Amino acid sequence: MTENNSKETILTRTPIPEQDPAKRRSNFDEVALGYTPEMAMKEAARCLQCKRPLCIDGCPIHIPIPQFIKAIKEGNFEKAIGLIKTASFLPAVCGRVCPQEDQCEKNCTLGKKAEPVAIGYLERFAADYAMQNRNGADVKIPKPTGKKIAIVGSGPAGLTCAYELARLGHKITIFEALHDAGGVLVYGIPEFRLPKRIVAHEINLLNEIGVEIVTNAVVGKLITIDEIMEEFNACFIGTGAGLPKFMGIEGENLNGVYSANEFLTRANLMKAYAFPEYDTPIKIGKRVAVIGGGNVAMDAVRTALRLGAREAMIIYRRSANEMPARKEEIHHAFEEGVQFELLTSPVRIIGEDGWVKSVECVRMELGEPDKSGRRSPIAVKGSEFKIPVDVVIIAIGTGANPILPQSTRKLALNKCGYIIVDEETGQTSREGIFAGGDIVTGSATVILAMGAGKKAAKAIHEYLMHI
Amino acid sequence: MAKILEKRLIRYPDVFYYRINAPLISRKAKPGQFVIIRLHERGERIPLSLADINSEEGTISLIVMAVGKTTTEMSTFNVGDEILDICGPLGQPTHIQKYGRVILVGGGFGVAPLYPIAMSLKEMGNEIVVIMGARSKDLLIYENEMRAVCDKVLITTDDGSKGIKGVVTTALKQELEQSSANIVMAVGPAVMMKYVSETTRPFGIKTVVSLNSIMIDGTGMCGGCRVSVGGKTRFACTDGPDFDGHQVDWDILINRQKTYINEERGSFEAWKKRHVFAICE
Ligand SMILES: Cc1cc2nc3c(=O)[nH]c(=O)nc-3n(C[C@H](O)[C@H](O)[C@H](O)COP(=O)(O)OP(=O)(O)OC[C@H]3O[C@@H](n4cnc5c(N)ncnc54)[C@H](O)[C@@H]3O)c2cc1C
Ligand SMILES: Cc1cc2nc3c(=O)[nH]c(=O)nc-3n(C[C@H](O)[C@H](O)[C@H](O)COP(=O)(O)OP(=O)(O)OC[C@H]3O[C@@H](n4cnc5c(N)ncnc54)[C@H](O)[C@@H]3O)c2cc1C
Ligand code: SF4
Ligand code: SF4
Ligand code: FES
Ligand SMILES: [Mg+2]
Repeated sequence: MTENNSKETILTRTPIPEQDPAKRRSNFDEVALGYTPEMAMKEAARCLQCKRPLCIDGCPIHIPIPQFIKAIKEGNFEKAIGLIKTASFLPAVCGRVCPQEDQCEKNCTLGKKAEPVAIGYLERFAADYAMQNRNGADVKIPKPTGKKIAIVGSGPAGLTCAYELARLGHKITIFEALHDAGGVLVYGIPEFRLPKRIVAHEINLLNEIGVEIVTNAVVGKLITIDEIMEEFNACFIGTGAGLPKFMGIEGENLNGVYSANEFLTRANLMKAYAFPEYDTPIKIGKRVAVIGGGNVAMDAVRTALRLGAREAMIIYRRSANEMPARKEEIHHAFEEGVQFELLTSPVRIIGEDGWVKSVECVRMELGEPDKSGRRSPIAVKGSEFKIPVDVVIIAIGTGANPILPQSTRKLALNKCGYIIVDEETGQTSREGIFAGGDIVTGSATVILAMGAGKKAAKAIHEYLMHI
Repeated sequence: MAKILEKRLIRYPDVFYYRINAPLISRKAKPGQFVIIRLHERGERIPLSLADINSEEGTISLIVMAVGKTTTEMSTFNVGDEILDICGPLGQPTHIQKYGRVILVGGGFGVAPLYPIAMSLKEMGNEIVVIMGARSKDLLIYENEMRAVCDKVLITTDDGSKGIKGVVTTALKQELEQSSANIVMAVGPAVMMKYVSETTRPFGIKTVVSLNSIMIDGTGMCGGCRVSVGGKTRFACTDGPDFDGHQVDWDILINRQKTYINEERGSFEAWKKRHVFAICE
């Protein structure tokens, strides 16, 4: 880079190549294509290498950001991934799905005057580079400690906890209810945002370092936590918040009404997009309405488009500013032709011969800010109207799944059914049993679940080495 | 992976008995529960009730009626073959206690899951009447097994080829009029369970039904199996499959079971075109 163009380069970030919206709306290939080494080095050069790097404070797992970016700038990609891996087990995942704009990039010093450094894109670049250019585990495992730890649930919380503990020489067994490991990363987040081969690669690494994964094992049914504690020295619960919520409105049980979890599970985990080559069917709507405004809603609506819906829309009761989904996802959805019915709330779903025909909605106005600081929507009287649709997907959030808590003695839960833990250690009300991720916090993010898994791993290690 | 240890054709040409190696599941399973299987990498997940549980040998038994793509493909699996995924035991066990006089009503493959339930009820000292129905005498399954545990066996056939001519509710009504029962339990097609519930309602006899809604995960994660019971949405896979038949909204269940009828037909036809299959034991 010459001094002449450095001013401009430093203000704007290097764009990441993306699949053309018109093309990508009908395939499941990844939307963002990733940096080339040249692009990555160019972007890395924008980093100011701050003495006091605030970006790190914004990352829940404290990745050494300036250090790895410096390595990329110097073209030393191996070193970059090595630095990232000291802190993170799933960089290829986080680089793709972390809400960077609210975390590391939000804090970036450069962001005060110009666009922040594209930390997420760089992390993704380093991880993908390593994946393509190296195979096998590069983790050294110390002598076995002889301690056995069970992990329940193979989402980001459980996987991270397993990785951290295995690296310390403990023997880890993961119990997963579904037939594939990965949690939301495999059943929820679609292929076009997070290719399944990436998750599979990371999980493979766990296998290589000796972690055993038992699939089709519903803890609470096949084996209880109490039985686990007889056989293992400690246990980590990372079962997520996978219980879908419904609205309780008329017509919710009509054919063609899905929870986002069901729709996405059929499409992702079961590969219904390849029906009938794969056996699981899915209803491909001509006009699809998705109710909700979060990441899950964006994933569902964009999946519906890709399956072949002619029109797909988001129905959200507040305005665009209040939408909890990542800006980038909303933007991508918009580019792909998703329609947005904002300040609109469904009142009932109307059917004909047992099938969805339309959804009756009411317009909303924003009132005073509520407890969360968001302005709460109020229905406008007499503004009811019908939107003709044949598939409705409900993406209004999830709760705690009761199978495990109900089958476990003396596990303290809060009134919503989430497990109560010590903030610092993830310790539950029972000795030797730790928990973290969505089953503690309610639906949150991949990185927070990983952070919780990591914290608990540290506490479990200390606990085991002192008893 | 679960290996098939034994396979029998129990009703030509479409009902099969499988004994499967599943030590962990057999240790925990109770009558009324089910498993979810996936045959192979491209397979769908389908629920199947436990027709027998043998924890000593570490096996479970399933009775599968070949009705579509997956169940027919399963009928081509033989002894020694492995089922890729088997997950369970799922659902709540059927509540077993000393009731007194119990009437069990089974239709189609539903007679099979009633068998372990009958055995447990017997152990608790109940008097058991079983009513089993089929279109014709050749279509009956599990008659001998049921005769071995039940105090009274009533058979109904639509064509009158065996037992009472008529449907199960004909026999149920007669039985309730002659001598009452403390509880009725029904497993079978939704329509049958609906009419069983309608038949017992005027008698005020508690009626437990096993709801067979479409399932995927079986862990309460997708809500696809939801049913409406007593005006509330419940998940058949985790809250059930047993519910109070008098409270069930049958029309919703029957309607939702048809969600994928066109897709299912298409995939079955496509599969049959690509496969020549012979039925063997
Ligand atoms: C569609 C969708 C899109 C999302 N998009 C983003 C995003 O872009 N960025 C982001 O940061 N976050 C996103 N999230 C949120 C994020 O995925 C979750 O916060 C995160 O996965 C939580 O991790 P976890 O390990 O706690 O649980 P999960 O990922 O939910 O994993 C829990 C695992 O435990 C298993 N399990 C449950 N009960 C049992 C049991 N009894 N026995 C055995 N196993 C059990 C489950 O099958 C599952 O595999 C999204 C979520 C969804 C649903
Ligand atoms: C709790 C429970 C226990 C069951 N136990 C048995 C059993 O012991 N033996 C037996 O033969 N059958 C049992 N069934 C029914 C069995 O799951 C279906 O017959 C099977 O899924 C059909 O698959 P298919 O591909 O062969 O046929 P398809 O042509 O795909 O389906 C035929 C019909 O089966 C139902 N069905 C389809 N997919 C599913 C699914 N994923 N989950 C539930 N129902 C579905 C639908 O109503 C459909 O119209 C049970 C169902 C439930 C819910
Ligand atoms: S893990 Fe997430 S928050 Fe941390 S540096 Fe990477 S993208 Fe940023
Ligand atoms: S805050 Fe931004 S500019 Fe500073 S070190 Fe971190 S990424 Fe680089
Ligand atoms: S099958 Fe998914 S919740 Fe019951
Ligand atoms: Mg099928």
